[in-house]
Amino acid sequence: MKRFVVVLFTLIAASGLASASFGEQQEIIGAGATFPFPLYSKMFDIYSREYGVKVNYQAIGSGGGIRQLINKTVDFGASDVVMGEADMKAAGAPIIHVPVCAGAVVVTYNLPGSSDVRLTPDVIADIYLGKIVKWSDPRIASANQGMAIPDLPLTVIHRSDGSGTTFIFSDYLSKVSKGWQEKVGRGTALNWPTGLGAKGNPGVAGLVKQTPGSVGYVELIYALQNKMAYSSVRNRSGMFVKPSIASTIAAMNTGLSSDMRVTLTDTEAAEGYPLSGFTWVLAYREQAYQGHTEAKARELVRLIRWMTHEGQKYAEPMQYAPLARDAVAKAEALVRSVTYNGKGLL
Amino acid sequence: MERERRLDVDGHGEKELIGRVAPAGPDMIQGLARRAFVGTSANGEYKSRLWLTESTFRKILYLSGISAIVLLFAILISLSVSSMPAIKQIGLAFLVRSVWDPVTGEFGSLPFLVGTLLTSLIALLIAVVFSLAVSIFLGEYYRRGPTSSFIKGIVELLAGIPSVIYGFWGLAFFVPAVRFVEMRIHVAPYGVGILTASLILSIMIIPYAASLGREVISLVPADLKEAALSLGATRFEVIKKVVLPYARSGILAGVLLSLGRALGETMAVTMVIGNSNMLPKSIFAPANTMASIIANEFTEATGKVYLASLVEIALVLFVVTAIINIVGKVIIIKMAVER
Repeated sequence: MKRFVVVLFTLIAASGLASASFGEQQEIIGAGATFPFPLYSKMFDIYSREYGVKVNYQAIGSGGGIRQLINKTVDFGASDVVMGEADMKAAGAPIIHVPVCAGAVVVTYNLPGSSDVRLTPDVIADIYLGKIVKWSDPRIASANQGMAIPDLPLTVIHRSDGSGTTFIFSDYLSKVSKGWQEKVGRGTALNWPTGLGAKGNPGVAGLVKQTPGSVGYVELIYALQNKMAYSSVRNRSGMFVKPSIASTIAAMNTGLSSDMRVTLTDTEAAEGYPLSGFTWVLAYREQAYQGHTEAKARELVRLIRWMTHEGQKYAEPMQYAPLARDAVAKAEALVRSVTYNGKGLL
Repeated sequence: MERERRLDVDGHGEKELIGRVAPAGPDMIQGLARRAFVGTSANGEYKSRLWLTESTFRKILYLSGISAIVLLFAILISLSVSSMPAIKQIGLAFLVRSVWDPVTGEFGSLPFLVGTLLTSLIALLIAVVFSLAVSIFLGEYYRRGPTSSFIKGIVELLAGIPSVIYGFWGLAFFVPAVRFVEMRIHVAPYGVGILTASLILSIMIIPYAASLGREVISLVPADLKEAALSLGATRFEVIKKVVLPYARSGILAGVLLSLGRALGETMAVTMVIGNSNMLPKSIFAPANTMASIIANEFTEATGKVYLASLVEIALVLFVVTAIINIVGKVIIIKMAVER
C-alpha cells in the first residue's frame, strides 16, 4: 500500500513538472465579448497550430473584458462596445481599439402570412418607444405598400441581459430618433420604455416565435442560422437594405476615423445595412506595464496583426463580416502604433 | 506477553492486580484493538488512545458552528463594502425609487423588491394549499404502502428538478398556455408575467412544505387522535381540531422553508417573468425580481455605481430574506403547542 502511494505521488509530481515545462511557451490571455467567440475560437485554434502560441480567451461579456483589461489581469480585451470616457480614464493609459470583424442586428418579427416587411428608422424607434402599438398603424402600411398586414397588437421584445447587440441597436436608434436619444440613450443595458425582456439571442428569438404580432432584435448570424424572418431597413440614402454579410461589409465603405472608435450604425454608405457594428480587440498602446514582458507584448502584437490579415479568411464562412480594405489598413496602422517602452514592436 | 493491570482500589496507596491484558493469539485482533484504542495513563487507568477524544470532538463541533456564523457575517460585510459607492451616492432613496437606468446612472430597487415579494407571496399562497393537502394525505391517510411511497417519491422529485429545467419547460409549454388564457380574457397576451412566474414558483416550492409537514403530521401522538375519535369526532374534525393545531409549528417551519426558496429563485423566474424593469401594474404584467436582475445584468455591468447598485440589490435581498426568516421563526415559536 505504502509503495503504491509513493509511486502514485511520483507520477503526479512528474506529470506536473512536465506540464510546467510545456507552459514555458507564451500563452496570451484575453477576455470579453461573446458575439465573436465562435470566430475567435477558430482563429486561436488555427493560430496555435501554425505558430505554437496558445491563446486563452474567456467569453465573459464586453463589460467583463473591459473591466479585466483595466485591472490588467488579461493581455487583451474584446468588446462590441466602444469604451466610454469613464472607462478610458479608469484605465489610466491609452487603449487602442482594433476592429476584427463586423456583425449586424436584424429586426425580427412574427407576422403570420407576411414576409419581407420593410421598416423605416422612425417607425422602429416609435415601436420601441411604445408610440406605435398596432401593426395596422398607417406608418407601417405606407412603408409596405401592397402587403396585407394583419391587425395584431404589437408586442415589443428586447434583451433582458446586458449585451453588445443592445448597444448597436440603441446606438442606431439614438442617431435616428431624437426622442429615443433623450428618453433612453445608448448602452448595453437600458431603461426600456416598453416591452418584455428575454435572455440572450435565443431568448428573444424564442419569445418572438411564440408571440404573434411581436417584434424583436437579434444578431444576424443567429437569424441566418435559425432561418428567422427579418425586415429590411431603410438606410440614410433612402434604400431599403436587406441585412446580409455583403450589406454589412458595404456599411464599412464610409470615412472611418483612424482610432477606429466608430460605430457603423446609420452608415452613410449607399448600400450599407444601417444596423451594423464592429467588434474590437482592446489593448494598451504602451505595453511596458507590470508583469508584461517584451516577448509577450511582441506575441500579442503579432496575434492581433494576424487576426486582421490572415485570420480574416475565416470570418465569412462563419457568417461574420470580414473587414473592408480601408478598415484593414486602419487596423494595421493601429497595431503598428503599439510600443514597448516607446519602441515599436513590429 | 501478558500484562498485568494494577490499580489502587482501596485507597491504601498500594496498586493491586485487577486483571490481565490478553496476549497475542486467537484473541489477537481484540488485543490489538485494545492496545490501539485503550492505553494506560500514569496512574493505571484506562484512557482512550483515539485522537478523537471527547474534548477534541467538542472543539471541532464548536469550530464548525462558529465558522457558519462567521461566514454569514463575512458575506454581509463584503456585500456592504462592495455596495458602498452606490449607498454613498443614492442613499436610502435606493429602496423607494423605481427608475433603473444604467445609461444615466439612476438606480432604484423598488420594482425588483415589489416583484420579488409579489411573486414569492403569490407562489406561497398557491403552494401552501397543495402542500397542506399532500402532507395530510401522506401523513394521515396513506402513511405506508406502495401509493404512499410513490407519491412521496414524486413530490421529492419535484424538489430535485433543476430550476433551469423549470424555466425551459415554463417557456416552452406553460407560457403559451397562459397566453391562450390571456387572449380569452382579453388582457395583453404576453404569456410571461407575474402570474406565470408565481405559478411555476409554486410548483417548485411545494415539496419543501409538503415533506416537512408530512413528517410532523405523522408524528402526532395516536392517543390524542384516538381520544378525539372516541369522543365522536369525524376524521375531518380530528384533522382540523387535533392534528393540525398540534403540527402547526412544524407546518409553518415548512412554509418558511418554501418561502425562503421562492425568494431566492433565479433561473426559472428570470425566464418567465418578462424582465420589465418597471413597477408592474397588474398581475398579468411583466416584472422583474432582485435575483433576476442581478443574474441578467452583472456580467456586462461597467461603471462603479452600476456595479455597486447591483451588489446593493444583493444586499437588500439578503436583508429581506433574513428579516422574513426571523419573523417566521418568531411566529413558529409563538405557535408551538406547549407540551
